Amino acid sequence: MKISKLHPIMQLATAATLALGLGVAAQAEEGAKLIVNGEIEMVTRTAAPAYIDGLDEIISGWEFRSTETQALQMDDFDNSGMLGVDSALEAWNKVQGPEQKSCATCHGDVESMKGVRTVMPKFNEEANDLWTLEDYINNCRTERQNVEAWGYTGGSMTNMAALIAVQSRGMPMNVAIDGPAAPFWEAGKELYYARTGVLELSCASCHEQSYGLHIRADHLSQGQINGFPAYRLKNAKLNGIHARFKGCVRDTKAETYKPGGPEFHALELYVASRGNGLTVEGPSVRN
Amino acid sequence: MKRTAFLIIGATAAFAAVASADTVAPGDVAYDDYGSVAASLTGVAGDAANGEKVMVTKSLGNCVACHQVSVLDYAAFHGEIGPSLDGAGDRWTEEELRGIVANAKMTFEGTLMPAMYKVSGFIRPGDFKGKSVPNPPSILTAQQVEDVVAFLMTIKE
Ligand code: HEC
Ligand code: HEC
Repeated sequence: MKISKLHPIMQLATAATLALGLGVAAQAEEGAKLIVNGEIEMVTRTAAPAYIDGLDEIISGWEFRSTETQALQMDDFDNSGMLGVDSALEAWNKVQGPEQKSCATCHGDVESMKGVRTVMPKFNEEANDLWTLEDYINNCRTERQNVEAWGYTGGSMTNMAALIAVQSRGMPMNVAIDGPAAPFWEAGKELYYARTGVLELSCASCHEQSYGLHIRADHLSQGQINGFPAYRLKNAKLNGIHARFKGCVRDTKAETYKPGGPEFHALELYVASRGNGLTVEGPSVRN
Repeated sequence: MKRTAFLIIGATAAFAAVASADTVAPGDVAYDDYGSVAASLTGVAGDAANGEKVMVTKSLGNCVACHQVSVLDYAAFHGEIGPSLDGAGDRWTEEELRGIVANAKMTFEGTLMPAMYKVSGFIRPGDFKGKSVPNPPSILTAQQVEDVVAFLMTIKE
């Protein structure tokens, strides 16, 4: 916040609010360390990448949740998102389609997917487009298995995205933003700072300028996506990245973009890049 | 040409129902260099009790989503995005508050506070369901702005 531009009385008031806000955040984060199943050590806080102007430090959404919600993500037995992962493992091994192939027929054990989540989305040379994990999954279904594409934000898709994320848990996010990905990254950055809707709020309004503060009952995080898919207690299922984006744009009283569409592809690359260095946590647990 | 005419008729029709002939349309509000608005938007004195209701109602002002206000503590979960409004009636004049509530961006450049009495210049305006609304109504009516200002004037230390 540019305090210097404010009315003198406001400078005082705002400084007080900021101080209060930071106090609250520090309390919630104190001593919190995310180690899943007692063995996977997560990086929930690290230096921001140099190309992100608005942040010095990047912080996982896990740090902003209540102690109870945090605990649910620390053990797979308590993490309801793992039910979706289990059902995706069945789908991974399910032989189907005219050629009678499963994912495992081509890829073998799902552990072969280790590291995949960390570089998504990425530029696909053959398609000459930016592809998300969901795009790769659907491409295998339609081109290799000859079965129907899954809905972009549907349950089967989000569960499979979670199964693949699990293979990279604890590995740092590391998406490429240069070369052919650069124009997508620029477009995503523009969307991130666009103040949309009747409320005229951007992603940055809430997740860069105001993280650590409450907006009504919600404790604002940095809106990072290293924890996706996220199991939300609110709707009791795994939620994909574009579904979350859609909800946030809608809350600015704006016409949303389409999940799976070009805008959210670009935005996903940009938001993912803001979290480069944080570890893959999917499936995370959120309220 | 046609489009402009349509917009004007649309806006007039929307406000005719709730406002007297004296109501200032959102596009005609006169802000001074510091963002305050001298004249009442309706000519009708604000109703502080209704203003209080507007401030705590989610679908209306929803002011408590971002501001702490001690006298509104009964409405749970006050936000921290903006400063506490305790003492707002001491810090600001009625004219200044009218400007801040109608369009806070005229007082605080680039502020996060949404403009409550504004109908154009939005990027992808929609409803709370994510559907497009090309010509959205203002968040508050002119009288609701006056009501909120009347309530804010009662918040003294
Ligand atoms: C009006 C405020 C607001 C705006 C604007 C907003 N968000 Fe959010 N966002 C929230 C709230 C509240 C939550 C839930 C608490 C949290 O994690 O911050 C949230 C959560 C998220 C999450 C989940 C984080 C996690 O760890 O679970 C992501 C990702 C996200 N937002 C991305 C975005 C993006 C991208 C945009 C812009 C297109 C955006 N948000 C705009 C309020 C907002
Ligand atoms: C999305 C957040 C948000 C909402 C909703 C919001 N405000 Fe604000 N408001 C702010 C911010 C932020 C500031 C501080 C100005 C700045 O620094 O940009 C502010 C400043 C103010 C001020 C001047 C601060 C002072 O010293 O008293 C008043 C008065 C005010 N708001 C009243 C309201 C009223 C009344 C409503 C509802 C009708 C409202 N606000 C809704 C964010 C908000």
